[in-house]
Amino acid sequence: MSTATDYPFGFLDSYAKKEVRRTVLKAIAIPGYQVPYSSREMPMGRGFGTGGLQLTLSLIGEGETLKVIDQGSDDSVNAVNLRHFIELTCPSINTTTRTQEATLIQSRHRIPEQPLREDQVLVLQVPYPDPLVIVEPSETRRKVMHGEADYSRLLVKLYEDLVHFKEITISHRYPTRINGHYVIDPSPIPRYDVPKLHQSPALLLFGAGREKKVYAVPPYTLAEPLVFDDVPFRTEDFTDRVSGERRACQRCGSRDSFLDEFSDPNTGGKVYQCSDSDYCTQQQEQAHGE
Amino acid sequence: MVNDNISTPTLDKVLEVRGLGKVYGNGCPHCFDLTGPEHDTNICPRCGSVVAAHNLSFDLCRGEILGIMGESGSGKSTAVKALYFDEAPTCGTAVFYDQGNAYDLYALNAAQQRQLRNQRFGMVYQNPVLGLNFNVSAGGNIAERLLMSNLSHYGEIRQRATTLLRRTEVLTQRMDELPKNFSGGMQQRVQIAKALATNPPLLLLDEVTTGLDLSVQAAILDLIMEIQQELGTAMIAVTHDLGVIRLLAGRTLVMKYGRVIESGLTDQILEDPQHAYTQRLVASAL
Repeated sequence: MSTATDYPFGFLDSYAKKEVRRTVLKAIAIPGYQVPYSSREMPMGRGFGTGGLQLTLSLIGEGETLKVIDQGSDDSVNAVNLRHFIELTCPSINTTTRTQEATLIQSRHRIPEQPLREDQVLVLQVPYPDPLVIVEPSETRRKVMHGEADYSRLLVKLYEDLVHFKEITISHRYPTRINGHYVIDPSPIPRYDVPKLHQSPALLLFGAGREKKVYAVPPYTLAEPLVFDDVPFRTEDFTDRVSGERRACQRCGSRDSFLDEFSDPNTGGKVYQCSDSDYCTQQQEQAHGE
Repeated sequence: MVNDNISTPTLDKVLEVRGLGKVYGNGCPHCFDLTGPEHDTNICPRCGSVVAAHNLSFDLCRGEILGIMGESGSGKSTAVKALYFDEAPTCGTAVFYDQGNAYDLYALNAAQQRQLRNQRFGMVYQNPVLGLNFNVSAGGNIAERLLMSNLSHYGEIRQRATTLLRRTEVLTQRMDELPKNFSGGMQQRVQIAKALATNPPLLLLDEVTTGLDLSVQAAILDLIMEIQQELGTAMIAVTHDLGVIRLLAGRTLVMKYGRVIESGLTDQILEDPQHAYTQRLVASAL
């Protein structure tokens, strides 16, 4: 029976890792451009984060510290399994749940609450890399549209939203223009996280395994959500309609984090809790320490 | 100097087309010798290529409506499709004069062509399915044209769309409805409003009234003439309907099997046709 040690460091062979790194370099050189690459078969189904995983495995080196999160949480199934797999195939790395300790963070659906630093890299798992897919089914034509920065049909979609609902109804995967040209699908992060892409000190990498694309928002790059001049971009509003106050996390009491809504099994009412579990825990620790 | 140009009575040329041609198929050296009205075919007997249009040349001036008349398959739609970059021509040149610049249409790159198409040309197709996006509202269709020309102010877009739809006599209360709920005449009006959204100096009309009932036809033609007079838009009207030609066009080209067989002032062509085919066409219309 073969063991994990039969595999090279990082599971992928060195040629595969080199190819991914070359792709990453190109993605950084052309901010927001979707660089195609030969996404390898991974020992898990496509759509379970294979794009992000290949980026992580190609970039991680000995002694680095990794954090894996899924929807803000370090201990949900996807995060636990990915972390376990990377620990198995990269024996000399460290893992952590603390954002500030990590050098490489692989995430699904969230950007950590704690601001990232220049020495950190965030890898996001992407299901659908192309924001134009909702308006143009042909990839050949989408490539031309990207090349010519022709995003008018995406804006028509926003126009129609405004006409019918008086506001833009995109809750996640909000199309964002990078460095004044390419519009990206910033993976299913909530609108709350979109402003974090703008002038981010950390390198942000996006890997789509099934769609075989990699793209990047390099550090300190313009990232502007698509909007109309007179309709400003709006993030999620956590104000309680009754009290008029912003809702707080029921665990740590934070009033400036992205909140998840749960229903209380005992009372049946709604309770709110930080979506970023590490942030929530650290807030609680701080409160106890004081 | 610019003011001089506007006030002088000389005609401002908008479009200059020379030797435009389109062949579907591989083509052979005999294609042009063996097709045309004198051979009663546009299919080359040697190689089977279709000579859809050959050696088409004309000028178009500001405020002028040029009619292109001919039966189905005579190449009239091919001509406007080539001018709107829907299809690339096989040979020939077309120069578009706009705001002091001359654009050699087929020497431009794809992005420049798209820009001209979106901002300076308007097209109204016979079938609204081609000209309108049926998945977005009538207002959204107009917004698309405006967004393509880099207007990104929602309020302004709404206002422009309302003005345009009012101008083309579409009830503005229905601007947020999908075009599929509209009648054929209404869809055509929305298409015209969309084509006019950017105030284009050149408007291409491909069989705009075909398939509409007579009263709606009359209203659409009225609208087109009003637009010509108010905005000075140059237009090319492709049709097989002599009535439309008589009403709209100052000058007319008659096409058959991909060739222009007769051209001149519309009155002259309709009153005193020279070519046997035109004579038959005019006679049959009565």
